[in-house]
Amino acid sequence: MSDLIERFLAGERRALSRILTRVENGTPEGREYLRQLYPRSGRAHTIGITGGAGSGKSSLTGSLAAELRRRGHEVGVIAVDPSSPFTQGAILGDRIRMQDLVLDPGVFVRSMASRGALGGLAPTIDDVVAVMDAFGFPYVFIETVGAGQDEVEIAGTALTTVLVNNPGTGDDIQALKAGIIEIADVLVVNKADRPGADVLVSQLRALLSLAPSEGRDIPILSTVATTGDGVPELVDAIDEHRAWLDSSGELERHRRQEARHQVLSVAQRILLEQIRRETSEETLGDLVGQVAGRSLDPHTAAEQLVEQGQAV
Amino acid sequence: MTASPETPAQGETGQKIRVLIAKPGLDGHDRGAKIVARALRDGGCEVIYTGIRQTPQMIAEAALQEDVDVVGLSILSGAHLELFPRIVEELRSRGLDDVVLFCGGIIPEEDTDALEAMGFSAIFRPGTNTRDIVSFVYDNASSE
Repeated sequence: MSDLIERFLAGERRALSRILTRVENGTPEGREYLRQLYPRSGRAHTIGITGGAGSGKSSLTGSLAAELRRRGHEVGVIAVDPSSPFTQGAILGDRIRMQDLVLDPGVFVRSMASRGALGGLAPTIDDVVAVMDAFGFPYVFIETVGAGQDEVEIAGTALTTVLVNNPGTGDDIQALKAGIIEIADVLVVNKADRPGADVLVSQLRALLSLAPSEGRDIPILSTVATTGDGVPELVDAIDEHRAWLDSSGELERHRRQEARHQVLSVAQRILLEQIRRETSEETLGDLVGQVAGRSLDPHTAAEQLVEQGQAV
Repeated sequence: MTASPETPAQGETGQKIRVLIAKPGLDGHDRGAKIVARALRDGGCEVIYTGIRQTPQMIAEAALQEDVDVVGLSILSGAHLELFPRIVEELRSRGLDDVVLFCGGIIPEEDTDALEAMGFSAIFRPGTNTRDIVSFVYDNASSE
């Protein structure tokens, strides 16, 4: 067993941090660490915090972590911010909202860039969550990129998904649309000290009353993340959702579904990498040129690429 | 519009240079720090920005949790000779002795030797071209 794994298992935060980097980067070394640590994961309550840009996800995550610390629990946080599609660079600024937690030895905050992943998370998010879980944090928060309507990946990664809404950000037809609202296990109206909060709560309640009940009512909570108002109640609601997952058998179903998704998506990544490795820039450039010039359609071009990969 | 396919920061296995930009002490002017953060972002780095009024412990702890390759400190208050040694000490006490350090802001020429002795590899003063800062980071950071 490597020195870094030993230090990780002894609870050394520097070792956790270094392993996270390697696992995030998907290096062969990182994959080996994940292979060794994965059997130790599966104990944490993973909680996704999602919602629009500026809805207060980071502040709320900070307040939730602080409340859990008051209750004596250690907390891991993974905060995702977007990478530039042009330079692949990123500014990761979620920590700014969690200053009070920086020196708390029971809290570990790690920022991640989305690195081109769609869906509000990052390509290796599930691996990074597993490492935080294996380190022994009983609660691991995953804060998504500012999400709009369709970023639903978080519901697979986290056991409990909290959707953060704000008053004054759209009429009730927005809430009728399909997508992100359907994945919420807990709904939050944050910035509830602003006008329109009560109206939004009743609109959300009316909307939920139309949805087919799956044996559990989705709670709607009002919070003011910056003052902590409503945060203890939100922690209770998150814990209640976990208890329901355990008692209803949903936990096993969620785990199997997520495992299936992960295996298939990693397989997809491996195949794509294989094709990239086995295709020369000339071949790819030639096909790309034909598609851009409209003499070949993208599907036929992709089929040719895949066939070539298999021929090698 | 097309995304530029590869940048220097994109190693073959997806490693990125991670940089912490921090403002220690009490001065609240973070425009310089933000410009540097933005330039490094445009250069393809992943930049963790922690905001103003950071204590030495907060900076070192953020560097540890984020596993950064480089720490850049911005200071305008004149307290660099008091604050920077404490930051270096906090980093070392956490085992972060291989992190590349640079600083910028209002820093008199006569303090250069003292800062270099502390382990700062570069000092960027007003008027610096941000390209020089990006080049410095690429030349000095060994993202693993």
